[in-house]
This record gives sequence, C-alpha cells and structure tokens, in this order.
Amino acid sequence: MSAIIINGITKKFGDFTAVDNVSFSVEKGELFGLLGPNGAGKTTIINMLTTLLIPTAGNAEIAGHNLKCDPDLVRGSIGIIFQDPSLDSALTGRENLEFHAMMYDIGKEERKKRIPDVLGIVGLSSKADILVENYSGGMKRRLEIARGLIHYPKVLFLDEPTLGLDAQTRRTIWNYIKTLNRDYGTSVVLTTHYMEEADYLCDRIAVIDNGRIIALDTPSGLKSLLKGEKVSLELKEKNCELRDKLLRQPFVREAVLEGNILSVTIADGERSVAEIFKIACSLDADILAVNIHKPSLEDVFIHLTGSTIRDKEGDKNSARHERIRRRMMR
Amino acid sequence: MIQTKAIYVLWLREMIKYFRAKSRIVGAIAMPAFMLIFMGFGFRRVEFAGLPESIGYFQYLVPGIIGMTLLFTAAYAGMSVIMDRQFGFLKEVLVTPANRVSIVLGMIAGSATTSILQAVIMMTIAVFMGFRLPSLPYIPAALFIMFLISMIFINIGLVISSILKDLHGFNTIINFIVFPLFLLSGALFPVSNLPVAIRVLSYGDPLTYGVDALRGVLIGYSEMSVVIDVIILLVLSVITVFASGYFFKKGEAV
Repeated sequence: MSAIIINGITKKFGDFTAVDNVSFSVEKGELFGLLGPNGAGKTTIINMLTTLLIPTAGNAEIAGHNLKCDPDLVRGSIGIIFQDPSLDSALTGRENLEFHAMMYDIGKEERKKRIPDVLGIVGLSSKADILVENYSGGMKRRLEIARGLIHYPKVLFLDEPTLGLDAQTRRTIWNYIKTLNRDYGTSVVLTTHYMEEADYLCDRIAVIDNGRIIALDTPSGLKSLLKGEKVSLELKEKNCELRDKLLRQPFVREAVLEGNILSVTIADGERSVAEIFKIACSLDADILAVNIHKPSLEDVFIHLTGSTIRDKEGDKNSARHERIRRRMMR
Repeated sequence: MIQTKAIYVLWLREMIKYFRAKSRIVGAIAMPAFMLIFMGFGFRRVEFAGLPESIGYFQYLVPGIIGMTLLFTAAYAGMSVIMDRQFGFLKEVLVTPANRVSIVLGMIAGSATTSILQAVIMMTIAVFMGFRLPSLPYIPAALFIMFLISMIFINIGLVISSILKDLHGFNTIINFIVFPLFLLSGALFPVSNLPVAIRVLSYGDPLTYGVDALRGVLIGYSEMSVVIDVIILLVLSVITVFASGYFFKKGEAV
C-alpha cells in the first residue's frame, strides 16, 4: 500500500512555475527524500501535500485521504517539521507542545506521558519551562522536531530537518528518524540539500531541479548512474604501458594519463584496486600515492544537472526565482 | 463541523499570552484612559446640545470610551494573526486537524475575551473616577453588547488580515479605518450635532449603534431604541463572522 500517491501536481505563482507536473508515490513505511538546491520547489511540494498551499493542478492521496476533498482528514494523519521556525515564542517549550498535543486531541494522561518523552529525545527536558524567545536557534529546532513527533503521525514531513544544527544533534535526530520509521512504521518524506543526509537516511530519493523530478531511485541506484569509482594513482614517472594494460582489463572503464597522474574509473570498488596494484607491480611501475574517490550523491547531482548544488544556490536565475517565491509566499 | 476542543485551545493560548504580557494590557488601556481623564474632566462643565441636563458629560463619555476600547483592541486582533503568520506559528495551527472554521472561531473567542476584559478594566477605572454604574441587571446586558461590538470589529480585522498579509500594510489600513469609525460613532459627542452629510456616514458605522446601545443600558439614555441597536449589532456580527470565515478559508497560509 502507498502512503502517498501524487498525480501531476503543479503550482504556479503568477507566471512562475514553482512545481511542474510532479508525480511520484511513497510506500508505507518508506523513508523518502526530496533532494535539490534551494528554490528547486521542494518546500512548495511539501506545502501542497500538507494542505498549506492549494495546487494549481493535479491531486494527491495521503494515507488514503484525498488532498482536495478531505484536507482535514489529511491533516489528521500527517505531521510536519517546517524549515522556518513556527513556534510561539511567547509560550514556554512545554506550552508549545501542550498546545500542539491538544490540537490533535490527545488526552491529558497521554500528554503527561508523551511530552516528557519527546522532550527527553531532543534533550530539552531541563529547558522545557523557559519561554521559547529565550531559546537558541538549535534549541528551537529541536523543540519543533519534538513537536512533530508527539502525535505519532502516519506520514511525517521533514523540511530540511537538520538545517543549522551541530553535527552531534544532527546525528541524534537522524537516528531518531530511523527509529521512528522502523518501530512505528511511520512513512517519512524529507527534503534536504545535504547529500550525506539523503544518503544516510533515505530508501529512495527524488532529485528535483527547477520544479521537476530529474531522477528517482535508491541512493545506490542513483550512484550507479555514474560509471564507477575513480582511483587516482600518482606514479614516479609517466607510464603509458600501465595505462594501456589497464584499459584492457574488464573492470576498467576509463584510464586517463596526465603527466604522472593516472586516473582510472573502475566498476567494482576495493577489489579492483588490488588488481591495479598487481598489474603495476608486474610492470615495475612505482606508485607514490593512491586516492580512491567513492561516488557520492554530489557527483550524481553534478552528473544530472551539470552543476554542483552549491553553484546552483548562487545561480542568478535561482536567486531571482527565490525572490519571486518569497514574494508570493507572503 | 465545529471542534470545541480546538476553539478552547486557541482561546486558552490567547489567555495565557494576555495575562503574561502586562505591558500589552497597560499599553492598550493607556490611550482610552487618557481620553477619559482629560476629556472627561476637561469638558465636565460643558453643556452639549442634544444632551439632557440630568446627564453630565462624564457619564455620557464613559460608554463612548468603552466603545473605543473595544474598537481598538478588537480591530487589532487581525494584527496578532499577521504576527503569527510572520513568525510561522500560523502554519503550525493550520496543519493541525482542526478545520478552518474552528480556528477562526477560536481566534475570535480569544480576542473577544481580551477585548471585553479591557473594556471591563476601563469601566472599573471610570467607576473610580466617579462613574455611576446602573443597577445590577443591566451589567450582563452591557457585557452582551460589548461582546457584539468586539465580534464585529474582530471580524473586520480578520478579513483585512486575510487580504493584507504584511504588518505595515495592515497598520496603515487599520488606522485609516479605526479613527474615522471612532470619531463618527458619537463616542465623544452626540451624532445629531454633526452636519447631515457626515451624519449619514455615522449611521453606516457599526460602532454608532454599539455606543448608543451601551449608553442605553449603562446610563439609561440613548438616541435610538436599544432594541433596534442590538438587532443591528446582531445582524452585523453574524454577517462579519461568515465574512471572516470565508476570507480565512480562502487565503493561503504561507
């Protein structure tokens, strides 16, 4: 059964198309990632799926409820952790959680149990009764994550969940998301522009650029779009013989010699490296240094879009789109 | 359709914030209190045309100032919605299972309570300054009229906040609306003293009927029949509730 089925969803702000005819489905219990640069349309997709924005065209079904016909039922089965802060800073941390739990009609006894639970998970138990306006950025973020978990949603949306968090907290939250997904069968949709986050967490990833899905696969599936791993060998001296011999090997896809640097693209990771060394030995070629570069999602992204995710952010066009989007959001 | 739990939670939040922000209470009371002190005492001995001699200007002014307090606090209810939108909290409210109608009603309930609390504080201040309260049965009637007045202006504020989503725009527009409404309402002087051309506008101002009805029950003097005033207020509050519900539902959250 699918937790989410999206059918040709589109959102236009004026004549700017933020999301362009996007369709995909998320299985029950799946950890699904939307990966793309800022302004690619990830948040707009999430906002539509959580009923905050009305799609210009297309429809979706979430936890069995139709997005357009039963938005109230959709909201009852989802949880969301927003990218931007969404806390009431004039209330304490605990009051924010109480408010949320009561809005979801969670009984008093249950609240007494769950609120200390989630506060413990994000490590805010001792700060629960301080006004949120006195929280640091990271504490606010953690409180929002705690809040999104209180009502045990069937589908949990996380919009850039670990943006601006330190490495340690990020790790804790990743593990919590995994646990939640495993133990409660919560389907998770998260957006991110951190490659390692998508790689570590997600079962499947949709790569989004300019409002369209340009690839959708498992992390390893996406990586296999690339030809393989890159091994750079620094040789004592230029050695054409080695290059030619390597090119004849079945596991070698590419071998380029530039000066005394030999770059080899190989299919089957670590094992082939040993082979290369054997061949080098047999030819008496001295290897001074080795560098193995495992294909990352970043490489996949470059491969798919022709630019790195950071380039994208600084891109003039996307900055303009971002401005338009912001204006429309107001 | 209507979820009382959600309405209660939103109301509760407003109450917690109201009692926590003492400066807000003082700030919102200051302006009408100054009006009451300076105009009430300053014009104490002035005789107005259209004002019976048995009622002093101070007695006459108090219901007007209560109306002013309600108008000012209620119209700014829209501001807290805009603040919630800017600080992102509105999104949090809007993704909960509560339906839009209950959310609007919760906001109205919270703002109406704070407005009426402010008006009661104002009335208490007036009593200390020598305002003579009517006999006890009139007090609940006065509270009911206060409720209707605050409803109308809360809803007008909410409609404007659904259309104008930024704080500056809201402030500008609301000042353009609130002050004329206040001056036209006869809160400070009898409407019958205004030239006909302006008086017509006065009868289009909901606060005119509100202040008149408050005078009717609080000091036993009104220009029109209190019953007619209340009927007009009731009809207007029902219409504006539907309007704010409609606009809130229509406006997107982010």
